[in-house]
This record gives sequence, structure tokens and C-alpha cells, in this order.
Amino acid sequence: MSTAVAEEVKEEVKKEPLFSKKNKKLITDPLDDSNPITVQVLGICSALAITVQVKQAVVMSLSVLVVLIGSTFITSVLRNMIPSRVRIIVQLVIVAAMVILVDQVLKAFVYDVSKQLSVFVGLIITNCIIMGRIEAFSLANKPWPSFLDAVGNAAGYGLILIVVAFFRELLGSGKLWGFQLIPQSFYDMGYSNNGLMILPPMALIVVGVYIWVQRSKNTKLIEA
Amino acid sequence: MENLASIFVKGIFIENMIFAYFLGMCSYLAVSKTVKTAVGLGAAVIFVLGITVPINYLLENYLLKEGALAWLGEDFATLDLSFLSFIMFIAVIASMVQLVEMAVEKFAPALYGALGIFLPLIAVNCSILGGALFMQERQYPNIGEATIFGLGSGVGWLLAIVAIAAIREKIRYSHVPAPLRGLGITFIITGLMGIAFMSFMGVEL
Repeated sequence: MSTAVAEEVKEEVKKEPLFSKKNKKLITDPLDDSNPITVQVLGICSALAITVQVKQAVVMSLSVLVVLIGSTFITSVLRNMIPSRVRIIVQLVIVAAMVILVDQVLKAFVYDVSKQLSVFVGLIITNCIIMGRIEAFSLANKPWPSFLDAVGNAAGYGLILIVVAFFRELLGSGKLWGFQLIPQSFYDMGYSNNGLMILPPMALIVVGVYIWVQRSKNTKLIEA
Repeated sequence: MENLASIFVKGIFIENMIFAYFLGMCSYLAVSKTVKTAVGLGAAVIFVLGITVPINYLLENYLLKEGALAWLGEDFATLDLSFLSFIMFIAVIASMVQLVEMAVEKFAPALYGALGIFLPLIAVNCSILGGALFMQERQYPNIGEATIFGLGSGVGWLLAIVAIAAIREKIRYSHVPAPLRGLGITFIITGLMGIAFMSFMGVEL
């Protein structure tokens, strides 16, 4: 315990209060204790639909990361200027502008993935993680903590996406990132891909199992 | 006419917003604890989808699509504003939800009492924006088909949320493993319902 504290202090001295204990918690908490998907129940729609392949999941997580950082940062800077009566519209406009930027970049550089993601890039606008973190955090906090909170939550979101996509792609098509991982000899011996994993309902079940495993380990998350 | 019926049934069963595309999952999971509130939210979703999809259809075809501005004159015939569609769609949805809320409050207070708290929630329900974006992607030939698509998707969403709410009401009395209680089991049940709904896939009208 004492060594951990000492390390903490050393790091604080090195990087000044930028990464104080409280700020670090903003990043690490959303990975497990307050994971946006499995605990806060935010941003489920897109998480499930684009987890057939790891590549799509990574591109989607990065897009959400960029949009989340951009929009929480902007709202946090403007937080004292936004009248609370019209804040939803203001937030939507900021988020939509960020999403348009991301969409254009995706179309320009990874066109095939952008086509596969189809409507789900646009749906980042209504991704509850973004609105949820803006409402719950960045409207009441300074830009730097908001930035960390955004990074943490996007990482928590990406973690689930990539874990789910890993299992679905590996079991469903025997590939990872598009490369064949399960050798041909296995197929010759009678192994076959589990086609069910590719279908949408399995995403829900894989996330359900993830929640099961997570809550068995982290018992304080169990619902009464 | 047959075409319209086919789009309607497809929206409800085969391309169900929840089971095939997972749209509107957030409110689906959050507001499905009792059947009564689920029916309220589902009705509000049908209502808003039925209004916003045709409006966004008109915007898409007379304002945003490449060449859509041709009615303004030859100079505008090659203009492509489709990169603005996200912001236009979400603005339409947010303002329509606000307008619908005010209109319902004024003219149908009983309905407002029933839908009241759910209407504002809908502006950020992915199924509404999803409806608009699917309409854009699928290029429906006329506004009638687009409207029917919106209504069908809404009915499918209502069906899904009422079904899960009914199951959740009953599951309270069963012994679910502690770590699965609440969210976990809801996910798995939704997955199983999704598999059941896949049996509609071969249905052709």
C-alpha cells in the first residue's frame, strides 16, 4: 500500500497535478466499475451492431473516442455560456458537427469500413454515451477533467466492443482482423465455423455473458 | 399496395429495429421494467417515426441529395449537400419532438398525460435517427413508402419493448444467478428473442 502511494506521489511530482489520483480515477473507473456499456447502460445500440469484425469495432471505437473528446471538450469550454433551457439542441449541434467531420474522414481514408458501418457512424450522434457524458460530466467540469473522462469512457466502450468482436470474429469466421487464424487442417478434420456468432442476436448474448463474468468478479455491481 | 404492405411487415418483423439493428436499445433497456410504461414509450416512438421519416424524406429529396436542388435553377443542379444530412435530420427530429410535445399537450391532454415524460426522451432515441438514415440509405421511391417504413419500424419497436417488459415482469419471480440479475439476463433474453425473430427472415410478401 505504502509503495503504491509513494509511486503515486512520484508520478504526481513528475507530471504535476495533471494526473492526480482523482484524475486518474476518471480514466480507470469507466474501464470496469462504471463501464459505459455494462454498468451505465449507455451506447448499446452501436456497440452490438458493429461487432462482427474486429476491424470495424476498432474503427468505431476510435470514431467514438474522437467525437467524445471533441464534443465534451467544446461543451466544457462553453459550459458557462450555454443557457440550460436550450442545452440539448446546442449539444446535438456540437455532436453532429463532430460526427460529420469523423464521417468525412472515414469516407476519405477507410472507405470500405465506412460502407460497412453504414448508418452507425451517423448514429454516433444519438449514442447515449456522448449525450450522457456531456450531461453528467462536462457541463459541470473544467476542460481537462472532461477530456480525461471522455478518454476513459471511450476506452471502456472500445474495450467491450473489441472483446465482443474478438469472440464473434474468431468463432464466427475463424479470422481476426480479416486474416485467417484457424488453419485449413482444422477444417479438414471436420471443424466448422459457428455461423450463429455472425448473426445479430449473438452480440446480445456475448455481452450478456461478459456482464455475467464481470459481475461474478466484481460483486459490488450485482443488482438487488 | 402490395408493396406497401410488404414494407410494413418487413419493418415489423424481418428488419425489426431492436432485433436486427439494435436501434433504441438504451431506452429499450431502461424503460422496459413494466408493461404500462413500455406501451407508452412504444406509442410515442411510432408517433414520432411516422412524422419525422416523411419530413426527412422531403428534406433529403428536395434539399440534400445530389441534384436535389435542381428546382431552384440550373446553377444548383449539381450541388450535393448530403454531408449536411446528419445535422439536418437531428435538427428536424429535435424540433419535431418539441412541436409534437406542445401540440399534444394543447389538443390531447389525455394523450399527453400518457406519453408526457417519454416524448422528450425520444429525441435521442437512436431508432428515430436510425429510421431517417435507413430511409436515406435505401432510397425509397416515394413519400408513401417512406412513411409506411417509418410506421412499420415503430410498430416493430413497440412489439419488442412490450414483449421484453412482459418477460421482465415475470422474471422477477425466478431464480436468476446473482451476477446475471437485471441487465445481464435482459441481454440474454433479448438475444433469444432475436433468434426467434429470425425465423421470420424467409417470409416474403
